[in-house]
Amino acid sequence: SPLGARLLEVLSRDSLTEDDWDELEEDLLLADIGAGPTTELLDSLRTRVRVLGVREPSAVRELLREELVALVGADMDRSLHLDPVLVEDGPRVPAVLLVVGVNGTGKTTTVGKLARVLVAEGKSVVLGAADTFRAAAADQLTTWGARVGVETVRSDKAGADPASVAFDAVARGRDDKADVVLVDTAGRLQNKAGLMDELGKIVRVTSKVAAPSEVLLVLDATTGQNGLTQARVFAEVAGVTGIALTKLDGTAKGGIVVQVQRELGVPVKLVGLGEGPDDLAPFDAADFVDGILG
Amino acid sequence: MFNSLSDRLTQTFKNLRSRGRLSEADIDSTVREIRRALLDADVAVPVVREFTGAVRERALSEEVSGALNPAQQVVKIVNDELVAILGGQTRPLNLAKTPPTVIMLAGLQGAGKTTLAGKLALALKEQGHTPLLVAADLQRPNAVSQLSVVAERAGVPVFAPHPGNTSAADDPAADAPLIGDPVGVARDGVAEARTKLHDVVIVDTAGRLGIDEVLMKQASDIRDAIMPDEVLFVIDAMIGQDAVNTARAFADGVDFTGVVLSKLDGDARGGAALSVAKVTGRPIMFASTGEKLTDFEVFHPDRMASRILDM
Ligand SMILES: Nc1nc2c(ncn2[C@@H]2O[C@H](COP(=O)(O)OP(=O)(O)OP(=O)(O)O)[C@@H](O)[C@H]2O)c(=O)[nH]1
Ligand SMILES: Nc1nc2c(ncn2[C@@H]2O[C@H](COP(=O)(O)OP(=O)(O)OP(=O)(O)O)[C@@H](O)[C@H]2O)c(=O)[nH]1
Ligand SMILES: [K+]
Ligand SMILES: [Mg+2]
Ligand SMILES: [Mg+2]
Repeated sequence: SPLGARLLEVLSRDSLTEDDWDELEEDLLLADIGAGPTTELLDSLRTRVRVLGVREPSAVRELLREELVALVGADMDRSLHLDPVLVEDGPRVPAVLLVVGVNGTGKTTTVGKLARVLVAEGKSVVLGAADTFRAAAADQLTTWGARVGVETVRSDKAGADPASVAFDAVARGRDDKADVVLVDTAGRLQNKAGLMDELGKIVRVTSKVAAPSEVLLVLDATTGQNGLTQARVFAEVAGVTGIALTKLDGTAKGGIVVQVQRELGVPVKLVGLGEGPDDLAPFDAADFVDGILG
Repeated sequence: MFNSLSDRLTQTFKNLRSRGRLSEADIDSTVREIRRALLDADVAVPVVREFTGAVRERALSEEVSGALNPAQQVVKIVNDELVAILGGQTRPLNLAKTPPTVIMLAGLQGAGKTTLAGKLALALKEQGHTPLLVAADLQRPNAVSQLSVVAERAGVPVFAPHPGNTSAADDPAADAPLIGDPVGVARDGVAEARTKLHDVVIVDTAGRLGIDEVLMKQASDIRDAIMPDEVLFVIDAMIGQDAVNTARAFADGVDFTGVVLSKLDGDARGGAALSVAKVTGRPIMFASTGEKLTDFEVFHPDRMASRILDM
C-alpha cells in the first residue's frame, strides 16, 4: 500500500544531516582514499545505517571505522619471508629482499632500517647497492650498513650495470653464508619503459642465484592517486609481495594503499615513521584507520 | 572508464532536452563531473570546493546558457579559472641588485631539492652566472656527498665544510637527533660566495615535515641567517591531499617566495600545483622533469591546466 511504503520510507530514513555525511566524505577524501572508493564506502554505509536504524553521527562513524578496519585489515599474510632458501642438491642460499619504487619514497632508508632489525634478530645480512645511478646512493646505503656492521656490495663506477651489482651482492651473500641479502634499487617512475625493463632485468639476473623472497614496493604516504598506477606497474614488472608505506609520521594518511591492497591483493607489511634507524613498524590496520578518521 | 573530463562533459550535455539552455540540474551534474575530475587529479578538497563554486556561478550565467556549444563553453571556463589560479604568467628568478643572489631550497623529504640545486646551478651557469652550491643538509645520510657529486656534474663549486651524516659521524639515533650546525654552514656559504665573487649562492637544506617543529625552526633560522632573495619550495607532483597542509606549513615556516614542481616527467596529474598556488598565492616558477640536470624548465600554467583536466 502507498501508506505502507511511505511509512517504511520515513522509518528507514537515516537521521544524519547532509553535513554529517559531507564530513565523513571529507575525512576519507583528505586521506587520499580516492573519490571512487569514498563514494562506494559511503553508499554501502548509508544502506547499513538505514537497515540498522543507527541515528547518532558518532555511531555511524564507529560503523565506518569498523568497515575500514575490516577492509584494510583483511586477512593477509603480512610477515616478511626471509628464511634462507634450500636449493635442491645445491647450496643453501640467502633470502633476497628487493626494494622498488618511484624516486625519493624512502627505499634506501627502509633497507637501512630493515638491516638494523634483522641484525638485532641475530641474522647475518649483506646489502646490495643496485642504485648505481643516483648521486651518492651507494654511499648513503653504505652509511646505513656501517652503523650496524653490515657489508655493502657496491660498484666503484657510477652508472655500472645495476643487475650485475645485485647479482654480485646475492652471490656474496651465498658465498658468505649470509641469511639475508637486502638489495636497494634506484628510484624510477613507472611510466619510463627503459627503467622498468632494467628493473625486470635486476629481478631476472638476481634469480639466477636466488629468486627474491620479498619484493617490497616502497610507497610514500604523501602520494595521491598516482600511487595506484605505481603499484600496478611495479607489481607487473617486479612481482611485488608487499608494501612499505613510508613517511606516516607526517600529516599525510597514506589512504591510497586501501585501493592498492584491494585491487592488487598485495598487503602493506611495514610502515615508516621517521628518518631514524628505529622508525620502522609492522602495519597495524586499526592504527592506520584511526589516523584516517582521527 | 578513464574518459577525459571533456569527453565526460560532452556526454553530460548530450542528455540536454532543450539545446543551448541549461537547467540548474544540468549545471549541477556538470559541476559534479568537474569535481570528480579535480579530485582524481589530487586537487585538495577545500580547493575543489571553492573552485567548483566559482565555476558553478559562471556556468549559470548568460555566458554559458547563450553559448552555441555549452559543453565547450564550460570547459573553457574551467580552463581559464585554472590558468588564473596557476599564475597566468610565470615570473623569473629575483636577482639581487648587489650580488650575490641568495637562493634557499626547502621542502619535504625526497621532494627533489638536491637534484634541483644542480639543475639551477647548471642553468644559471649557462646564462653566464657563477653559482656556488652550499651543503646545508647535514641530516640525511650522505646528502653532502650527493650535493658534491651533483655540483661536479654541473661543473660548479660546492661549499661543504661539514661532512654531514656519514658512517663516520655520530649516529643521529643517539640523544642528539640534529647533526652539526647547518645554520652556520649556510651563513658561511654566503660569506664565502661574497669573498670569492660568486654572483649566486644556492643553499640545499635537509628535507623536513611540515609538523616537525624542531626542523622547521632550523629552516627558519637558516632563512633568517642568510636573508635569501628567493626561497624555493620544492614539491613532488605526485603528492595528494597533504599538499595543502605541507604548503601552509612551509609558507609559515620559511615564507617561501616561489614553488618548483618536481617529477613532472611522471604520469601523475599534478593537482597539487593548483592546491599550492591557491592556498599560498605564491607563484609556481619552475618544473623539474627528470633526473638529469638538464631536465628543468620554466613552468607553463596552461599546460598544467590541461594536464590536471586530462585534456
Ligand atoms: N619523515 C620521514 N622521512 C623518511 C622516511 N623514510 C625515508 N625518509 C626520508 O626521505 C628521504 C628519501 O629517502 P631515501 O631512502 O633516500 O629514498 P629513496 O626511495 O631511496 O630515494 P631514491 O633512491 O632517490 O629514489 C630521505 O630524506 C629520508 O630520510 C619516513 O618514514 N619518514
Ligand atoms: N623522475 C624524476 N626524478 C627526480 C626529479 N627530481 C628529483 N628526482 C629524483 O628524486 C629523488 C630524490 O631527489 P633529491 O634531490 O635527493 O630530493 P631531496 O628533496 O633533496 O631529498 P632529501 O634531501 O632526502 O629531502 C632522486 O632519486 C632524484 O633523482 C624529477 O624531476 N624527475
Ligand atoms: K600521518
Ligand atoms: Mg635510494
Ligand atoms: Mg636533499
